[in-house]
Amino acid sequence: MHLQKPKGEVNQLSSPAETTAVVADTVRDEMVAAIRTTLGTAVVDTLVKPGDDIWVRVTTESWCASIQALKVAHAFDYFCFLSAIDWMPSPYGRGEDDPSEPAPVRDTVIRPGYTGGDTRMQLLVRLVNSVTHLGINIKADVPNDSFTIDSICTVFAGANWHEREAHEMFGIGFTGHPDLRNMYLPMDFEGYPMRKDFPLLARMVKPWPGIVDVEPLPGGADDDVKDGASEEGTS
Amino acid sequence: MTILNDPVSTKLGNRQQLSYIASQAADARLNVELETEGMTLNIGPQHPATHGTLRIIARLDGEQVVWAEPSCGYMHRGYEKLTEVRTFPQVTSLINRIDWLGSFANEVPFILAAEKLMNVEAPPRAQWIRTILFELSRIANVSLFLGDLGVQLGAITPVFLAFRDREYVLNLIESATGGRFHPNFDRIGGLKDDLPAGWIDETKVVMKKLRNFCDEIETLLFGNEIFQSRTRGIGVIPRDVALQYGLSGANLRASGVDWDLRRDQTIPLAYDKVDFKVWTHPDGDSFARCWVRLQETREATKIVDQLLDGIPSGPVMAKVPKIIKVPEGEAWVSTENPLGEMGYYVVSRGDLGPFRVKIRSASFNNISITPWLLRGVYVPDIITILASLYFILGDIDR
Repeated sequence: MHLQKPKGEVNQLSSPAETTAVVADTVRDEMVAAIRTTLGTAVVDTLVKPGDDIWVRVTTESWCASIQALKVAHAFDYFCFLSAIDWMPSPYGRGEDDPSEPAPVRDTVIRPGYTGGDTRMQLLVRLVNSVTHLGINIKADVPNDSFTIDSICTVFAGANWHEREAHEMFGIGFTGHPDLRNMYLPMDFEGYPMRKDFPLLARMVKPWPGIVDVEPLPGGADDDVKDGASEEGTS
Repeated sequence: MTILNDPVSTKLGNRQQLSYIASQAADARLNVELETEGMTLNIGPQHPATHGTLRIIARLDGEQVVWAEPSCGYMHRGYEKLTEVRTFPQVTSLINRIDWLGSFANEVPFILAAEKLMNVEAPPRAQWIRTILFELSRIANVSLFLGDLGVQLGAITPVFLAFRDREYVLNLIESATGGRFHPNFDRIGGLKDDLPAGWIDETKVVMKKLRNFCDEIETLLFGNEIFQSRTRGIGVIPRDVALQYGLSGANLRASGVDWDLRRDQTIPLAYDKVDFKVWTHPDGDSFARCWVRLQETREATKIVDQLLDGIPSGPVMAKVPKIIKVPEGEAWVSTENPLGEMGYYVVSRGDLGPFRVKIRSASFNNISITPWLLRGVYVPDIITILASLYFILGDIDR
C-alpha cells in the first residue's frame, strides 16, 4: 500500500522533476533578451521559467504593434490562442457550499499573476515559432474604465473568433475588429459570464455537496467515511 | 506556370492557384454594385451532413459560395466557468466531454498542467499507460473519421467497417478504465488503477485488426477515383494561412508543416521511448488532410505496439496529498490530441480549485478558418471540406 501515508506528511511529494530541474535555460533567456531589444520600452516585465515557458507583458498602447513585431522579427508565426483573465477574486465561491459553516472572509484584493499587472482584466495571447517550436505568452493590461484594447485581427486572422469570444465572455472591446457578434449567447444576453462577479446561478440556487466531493485515493483508508458522507450529501 | 502576377499566388502550386483565383473572383463578385441578390443557404443546425449541431450560413451565387460563416454555440456548456467552482480532481469529469470521441486525451493535458504546478511527476508505469490510452483514444477517434468520411461523399460501406473496428478499441478502453466514452481515469500523480490481466495481449490482437482496417479503408476509399476527384485540389490551405489561423494536428501537417507535439516538446509521456514517423503532405487540400489522418492512425497502432512491449513495472500513482491543493502559479500544457493541439492554461491561487482555466481546443481554431476557406467553393464541396477539417462540436463550443 504505497498510497497510504500518515497525516501531516503532505509536503513530502515524490518528485523526480525536482532532482533533474533545469537550472538555466539559455534558449529562452536569449529569446527574452532579443525581445527586449526589439520591443524596447513596450516591454513592461518578463519572466522565464527554465525549461517551461516565457511570459512577456507589454503596454496596452503597443499591444498590436508588439504582436506584429514578434511575428515579423522573431518568427512567432503560429497563433495558438487569445483569451482574457479576470484577476478580481470571485465574490462567490465554494464557501457557500456548506450552509452550516460560517461564511468565510473573502479576499477582495486584485492580485495579478506572472509578470504583474495594474488592471483587473488582462489579455493573454500565446504564439509559437513553427520552426523552433518555442512558445511565448504575451500579456497586456486592459484599462479598467473602458475595457478596450486594439484588435490583432490584422496581424493574425485567426484572432478574429478568439476576440469575439473574449468580447462576449469578458466584455472586452476590440478596436478595429470587423465584427464583434456573439458566438455562443443570444445577442440580447446581458452581462459577461466569464467575469468573476457574474454568479453561476446553478450554484446559487442549490448548495453544492462541497467537501464531500473531495475524492479519496483508490485504496485510501477512509472509504467508509466517504460512503457515509455521500449519503448525507444526497439526502 | 504563373497565372497571376499577384505576390501571394506566385508562391502557390498550380492547384492552389486555381482555388485562390476562385476565392478572389468570389470577392470581386461581392463588390459589384449591380449584383443580383444571391441566395442564402442554411445548412444545419440539424442536418445529416453535420456531426452534431453546427449551422452554416452560406450566401450563394449560382452554385458558388460568396460568403459563408459557421454559427456555433448550440453546444456551449461553459466549461471554463464551471471549472472555477470545482476542485482540481473534479475537473477531469467535465473536460472528458469536450472532444467526446477521444475523451481520455482531453484529460491528459489538464492533469499534466496541474502536476507541473505541483511539481509532481507520475511514476513511469503511469506515464506509459497514459500514453497507450492516449493513442487508443486517437485510434478510436480517427477511425470513426475515416468511416464517416465515406458517408459525407455518399459511400456507405466504410462507416460500417469503422464502427465495427472502433468497437474493439472502445472495449479495450472500457476494460481498462471502466468507461467506454468517458473514462475519467487520469488522476493528479498517476492513474486510478493498473491495467487488468490479459489486457496487453488483447490489445496486440486489436492493433492488428486496426491495421487491417486502415489497409481496407486505403484501398476502398483513398484509391477510389470518385473520392480522389472530390477531394484533390479542393479546399486548399497554404502553409502561412494555416499557421496564422492556428490550425493544428493533421490539418497543419497536411499543409506541409512538420510539427507534432508528441515529438517536438518535452512532456512527461512515453513518446520519447518509441520510434514513430510524423506524416506530412505538401498539398494542403482535403485529400491531404484525410490521407495524413489515415497514416497517423496506422502510426498510432505501431506506437501502441511498441509501448506494450516495454511497460515498466512499479506503482501507477505518485505520492500526492489526499486533499489536493495546487500551489499558486500559471502553467500551459498542450498535447497532440486526435483533433490537433489541445491545451490548458491553468491559473491557480493555491486553492482547492483552479482560479481560471483557458481551454484551447483544436476544433475552435480549425473551424475558424472556414469563412476564408469556403469562399469560392461549390456547394457540394462545403461538405467535403468540413468533413476533411474534422471537428467535434463539443470541441468547438466547449
